[in-house]
Amino acid sequence: MKVQLKVWRQKNRNSPGKFVIYDSPDLNPNMSFLEMLDVVNESLASKSEEPIAFDHDCREGICGTCSLVIDGKPHGPHKGVATCQTYMRSFKEGDQIVIEPFRAKAFPLIKDLVVDRKAFDRIQQKGGFISVRTGSAPDANSIPVPKDNADLAMDAAQCIGCGACVAACKNASAMLFVSAKVSHLGLLPQGQPERHRRVKAMVDQMDEEGFGACTVTGACEAVCPKSISLDFIARMNRDYLVALAKGDAKKPAAGGA
Amino acid sequence: MATLHSNVPSGPLATKWENHKFNSKLINPANKRKYRIIVVGAGLTGASAAATLAELGYEVQNFVFHDSPRRAHSVAAQGGINAAKNYQNDGDSVHRLFYDTIKGGDFRSREANVHRLAEVSVQIIDQCAAQGVPFAREYGGLLDNRSFGGAQVSRTFYARGQTGQQLLLGAYSALSRNVANGGVKLHTHSEMLDLVVVDGQAKGIVVRNLQTGELTRHAADAVVLATGGYGNVFNLSTYARGANTTAIWRAYRRGACFGNPCFTQIHPTCIPVSGDYQSKLTLMSESLRNDGRIWAPAKVGDKRAPGDIPESDRDYFLERMYGAFGNLAPRDVASRAAKTVCDEGRGVGATGLGVYLDFAESIKRLGDEKIRERYGNLFAMYHEITAEDAYKAPMRIYPAVHYTMGGLWVDYNLMSNLPGLFVLGEANFSDHGANRLGASALMQGLSDGYFVLPTTISNYLATQAPSKRPPVSHAVFSDVETDVRNRVQRYIDGKGKRTPGSYHKELGKIMWEYCGMARNRTGLEKALGLLGNLREEYRQNLHVSGEAAEWNQSLESAGRVEDFIELGELMCRDALEREESCGGHFREEFQYTKDDPEVRNGLVNPGDVKRDDGRFAHVAAWEFAGSDRPPILNREELKYEEVKMSTRSYK
Ligand SMILES: Cc1cc2nc3c(=O)[nH]c(=O)nc-3n(C[C@H](O)[C@H](O)[C@H](O)COP(=O)(O)OP(=O)(O)OC[C@H]3O[C@@H](n4cnc5c(N)ncnc54)[C@H](O)[C@@H]3O)c2cc1C
Ligand code: SF4
Ligand code: FES
Repeated sequence: MKVQLKVWRQKNRNSPGKFVIYDSPDLNPNMSFLEMLDVVNESLASKSEEPIAFDHDCREGICGTCSLVIDGKPHGPHKGVATCQTYMRSFKEGDQIVIEPFRAKAFPLIKDLVVDRKAFDRIQQKGGFISVRTGSAPDANSIPVPKDNADLAMDAAQCIGCGACVAACKNASAMLFVSAKVSHLGLLPQGQPERHRRVKAMVDQMDEEGFGACTVTGACEAVCPKSISLDFIARMNRDYLVALAKGDAKKPAAGGA
Repeated sequence: MATLHSNVPSGPLATKWENHKFNSKLINPANKRKYRIIVVGAGLTGASAAATLAELGYEVQNFVFHDSPRRAHSVAAQGGINAAKNYQNDGDSVHRLFYDTIKGGDFRSREANVHRLAEVSVQIIDQCAAQGVPFAREYGGLLDNRSFGGAQVSRTFYARGQTGQQLLLGAYSALSRNVANGGVKLHTHSEMLDLVVVDGQAKGIVVRNLQTGELTRHAADAVVLATGGYGNVFNLSTYARGANTTAIWRAYRRGACFGNPCFTQIHPTCIPVSGDYQSKLTLMSESLRNDGRIWAPAKVGDKRAPGDIPESDRDYFLERMYGAFGNLAPRDVASRAAKTVCDEGRGVGATGLGVYLDFAESIKRLGDEKIRERYGNLFAMYHEITAEDAYKAPMRIYPAVHYTMGGLWVDYNLMSNLPGLFVLGEANFSDHGANRLGASALMQGLSDGYFVLPTTISNYLATQAPSKRPPVSHAVFSDVETDVRNRVQRYIDGKGKRTPGSYHKELGKIMWEYCGMARNRTGLEKALGLLGNLREEYRQNLHVSGEAAEWNQSLESAGRVEDFIELGELMCRDALEREESCGGHFREEFQYTKDDPEVRNGLVNPGDVKRDDGRFAHVAAWEFAGSDRPPILNREELKYEEVKMSTRSYK
């Protein structure tokens, strides 16, 4: 099969970008979407044209490195999978496929389809942890966790930090991402001591990074490759209100001090 | 010749680590702040090490080529992590985990390291649970376990099919906390391209900023490499595409010995290759072998659909050949058995390179729902890739490159022969011998990072004065930076025709053909010739797009692939030199035949690997001798004080 690509090309953050159209070489429907881009890039390189820059690593939907907005949808046409788990059999011979980067103020562009998502790390650094020094932990079975809570915590913990939720949101809100981490830790007994300080610190940092407000349209949940549920946002909002009622968060406890 | 002292402490095996901890030097808290430690890598190993060192009070500089530590390849580990907790009360103990691991490694690992690993395993689970790792639990709220290959007890802890992700996020959270409080300075999108060795000691690195192309020098009192494995030398593997050998390869070229480079793990249960465009192979976790049965048609050329093949025409070959362990035979054994079946013409699927992993019986016994709960994400992954439904028909699987047991040589303190250079996790050679058991890499990574290095590194640091640390203006730093700059420029200036990617493919094919699941003298000699030519052609005919001072993935690959080609040659050399079979290293010339007493006594099968303890009970530690000279082979003899090297039997 062959397809036509309409790809966003931009040399760097400070240069203007534009769409460029490429005709693909012959493709196999069993190729992954990223393998298709590999093949296109090989053919560009053989013509001494510059390959399309795109981010990827594990190519199995777990590292959160791949991104891409494909025909207007972050991570492409299918629900519950990442771009790297999208296969060419989902497209038809002759289709024109539009490929753009994740666009958000808090994700500055690096090149072509690659954006910088370090803002997510900075949010985690504010409170996405349980303060436990190495070596100080009690026996793992000394704190039983009801299976249902553990399972729900795991549902939230599956977030791969890809940023598709942000790219899908008209306000570029990061609420789904933040709520996943807050809920994961907040559902476990180990996470209780820092529960309210955590949510306050992480939400404040999210605002600081320039992510927008959440109006609960659900666009994020629809594109999330891990199907992280909107319910976690509601859960986080409740925690946040309690945290506000309790007053200002102190700085996260220093580790190793 | 390099000097290799294993520095294994004296005394009985079970008390070595305790004694060593007691005898290790302490650095007083006020002084710790003055020591700067570079940690390269923030997978399970690097993140846990960086966080713990910072907690202890050292100044830590952490470098990763990824945009975030959370993306390290550790994130992809599926099945689980071992620990000798004996929560199942099924007879497990530190000694049993130790013995299973050393036997699993076919008696080619260092006894004292493996025992320490088993001891520390218990603390790892405590640490991770306290961090909020959402391990699978039973209804009573306590931790659940599953079984993995090479063990007859249930000691594997897991978080659905995403154990690596959850453990990594735990280590990442500890790291993030220490970044926030200033203990760790994190450098992302920063790739170490060389090691700086001053007066024989590792004192810094040169780094390229992947966003801007800028080269920077960094000095420290010690350098820790936790940069993962090198299985991508085969191009097609279960590794993330970015995983590479550059950090350890550059350290090797600066004098660190490379231990057992040919020891590679080929994992039995991966989705088979489907075409030439393929960029990676996907693992189907070993945990599936808890409930899945592996089989192939009993008759050559049986093309019926699996459902149409009656029981009597199926060969459950692992159960037949290795009764005691059956489908849970260790990886090297299971992979070789699958290869043998396919070589006989009994393979399935379009290419004939595949066998079935069948859940029909478990689904009948436990129901769809139970299987979905245990393996839902793996079945979904299988469906995405193959468009087939494994609830209805068996999976097709074939072995693929998965892990490298070899790596830089380290002593008991995890220090290489280059003083000041520490190597952890998959990047070192130390704990898995010639074959790693499932769920033991995560254990080793976290053991090294959380518990071992933070104790042992002080033995070196105590001999160093931070006030004497060479500054980055030192001549050696500028020489190394010049080397790196020239290398980058050489790639950019190249006027050739072929991309790094096309060379990587060619390299992978050579390695898989001649240095893969089965090796022999003729093939390895041939591979060495081919690789020499490939290396030459790479110098002449490489085409790299773009510029040096920008985000440039073609340039990144150029350096990584050149290092892989050189490493490939070393692996073939090592495989050639080791004239025995052991674990994942199968030399066709050295296998059991029906006339051997071990076969007649029912201990092993004909075709099983045949070790030669008389000649090869050692670590082969290769030393770089210059680009135009063959490397030097050093040997560390493996002395077993408590365990007897015996024939490895899984029957
Ligand atoms: C698909 C798959 C499933 C697996 N499942 C299991 C399992 O169930 N149980 C188990 O025990 N093991 C499993 N393993 C093995 C295990 O995941 C790895 O061995 C382990 O995670 C390696 O951890 P690491 O910290 O040593 O390296 P990695 O996680 O590979 O981390 C390497 C780090 O080094 C950095 N880095 C590398 N080079 C440079 C450089 N030059 N400059 C700067 N930074 C650099 C990277 O950015 C990264 O942060 C699995 C492996 C695979 C491939
Ligand atoms: S919530 Fe979903 S879409 Fe958002 S970062 Fe996490 S995995 Fe990606
Ligand atoms: S490349 Fe890792 S999630 Fe897509």
